Amino acid sequence: MVVADITSPTEETQDTTNLDAGWGRKLLIAVPYIWLLIFFLAPFVIVLKISLSDVILARPPYFPTFDFAEGWQGFWAMLQAFDLENYVWLTEDSLYLNSYLSSLKIASVSTLLTLIIGYPIAYSMAKAPKEWRATLLMLVILPFWTSFLIRVYAWIGILKKEGFLNYFLLWAGIIDEPLTILNTDTAIYIGIVYSYLPFMVLPLYAVLEKLDGSLLEAATDLGCSPMKAFWVITLPLSLPGVWAGCFLVFIPAVGEFVIPDILGGSSTIMIGKTLWVEFFSNRDWPVASAVAILLLLMLILPIILFQKQQEKQAEASQ
Amino acid sequence: MTRFNWFNTTTLTLGFAFLYLPIILLMIYSFNESRLVTVWAGFSTKWYQSVFFNESFINAAWVTLRVGFISASVATVLGTMAALVLNRAGPFHGKTLFTGMIYAPMVMPEVITGLSLLLLFVSLDFTRGFWTVTLAHITFSMCYAAVVVSARLVTFERSLEEAALDLGCTRFSAFMQVTLPIIFPAILAAWLLAFTLSLDDLVIASFASGPGATTLPMKIYSQVRIGVSPEINALSSILIAVVAVGVVTASLVTKQAQVKRMKEERLAISST
Repeated sequence: MVVADITSPTEETQDTTNLDAGWGRKLLIAVPYIWLLIFFLAPFVIVLKISLSDVILARPPYFPTFDFAEGWQGFWAMLQAFDLENYVWLTEDSLYLNSYLSSLKIASVSTLLTLIIGYPIAYSMAKAPKEWRATLLMLVILPFWTSFLIRVYAWIGILKKEGFLNYFLLWAGIIDEPLTILNTDTAIYIGIVYSYLPFMVLPLYAVLEKLDGSLLEAATDLGCSPMKAFWVITLPLSLPGVWAGCFLVFIPAVGEFVIPDILGGSSTIMIGKTLWVEFFSNRDWPVASAVAILLLLMLILPIILFQKQQEKQAEASQ
Repeated sequence: MTRFNWFNTTTLTLGFAFLYLPIILLMIYSFNESRLVTVWAGFSTKWYQSVFFNESFINAAWVTLRVGFISASVATVLGTMAALVLNRAGPFHGKTLFTGMIYAPMVMPEVITGLSLLLLFVSLDFTRGFWTVTLAHITFSMCYAAVVVSARLVTFERSLEEAALDLGCTRFSAFMQVTLPIIFPAILAAWLLAFTLSLDDLVIASFASGPGATTLPMKIYSQVRIGVSPEINALSSILIAVVAVGVVTASLVTKQAQVKRMKEERLAISST
């Protein structure tokens, strides 16, 4: 019955179709809305609250806690006990600053590498014969469906000292001594590029496939070389895909935990791993919460930039 | 334009080699007699046998499947509702917040989502275990489900619904007989995506889980940390094979259904 109202037909307007303001519509909106408020938004308020609290050695290991029985007075008492101590602590220990900076660096470099590797793949897919495209698309998506953890784990066998890569390079006579790749930053870059490649290729392919071929023909007619036509026409027109791809790779890469933990070395500290250690090993919930809040603030900036970019595009295409 | 040239062929070959080589090597060496990764000591299925007799793997797999099934089902219902709200409900108070909450979990680093959900469960005094993992999985996968269903709703021919209503259908029966069958492939795809996301998740499950609810990724992760074992190769190969077969079958089925639907849709439009 919930679904009954949504099919109400109203003329012309598509997205702004007003449904009957019946209880059916309200219920349809309320159920997912309340779910997200409880399980998505409320948790962040709690994280913020705990990040302002002090650590104590009991369960839950933080103070002050809100006592419902005391009502407003209890709430007020809790607010007064808040301080920014944990945030100050983050600035005092260089571990945290280094983790943030190294995460940004690793995420930026691997986003760039993913773009460099992903662009030709997406381009070639878009240029492939039509009957092949669906299959190629399927082939890009398929690894995405198999376990991320297992795909990262598979690289251990390739990158370690007695792994396939060294075996191959020694056999081919390219190197004389096995290279140390596993447990270095290089291994993290390889892991991130490998895991996030589909996120880069898919938006790029979507843009490149829709590209108007007649523009390229016109350019060639006017004397452009294919190379120049690519730089002047294809690349600028594919920028929305480039942005979307970089965004989809960069954001999760900053907070990445599994890849640096499995492939990286002990000297590489990324913020996702620092948070994990702070929480599970040091059991310092307030500091872990403060780390999370700062990471969130750091990620909001690219999200806003991306949003602005999208709006500009929407305006331009109108 | 319609044929492969050398550039396209080379990049695609290299690109797909990069994507598939690690997985293929992993699968080949799961049949290796030897414990060592690069030393081939003959064909053997002994690692598969030891996986099947490893009770902790079987238990973890069972927990994972149950969590996946329940969370994917609830997430698909919630996600479909959210997609309908996004596309059909028109403006309402707090729509921006709603839209934001649908898209945000997809870009949120998993450690933050996991941490925040854990702190919520602790605050609410929930006992952590099977159900907290399931709740966490519903929350992040419903957003993916919403996006998948929403993409189908955008391209949906509204006139079909209107025709059904003109012909005397009630709104509910128009939805059940016209809208639902048309968006069904998307709902199925959303369910599959939610299910796979749940099967795959390590970080959020680690935060949300308690004693007695170890999922397969958590189990694999703890094993990987101890060191590479051929048992994990065998287990991984089984999972990869199951998922590959499932995805290929599902895509063939939905493709067929889509072609059939599109034909019927066109027929319906041309005959009105």
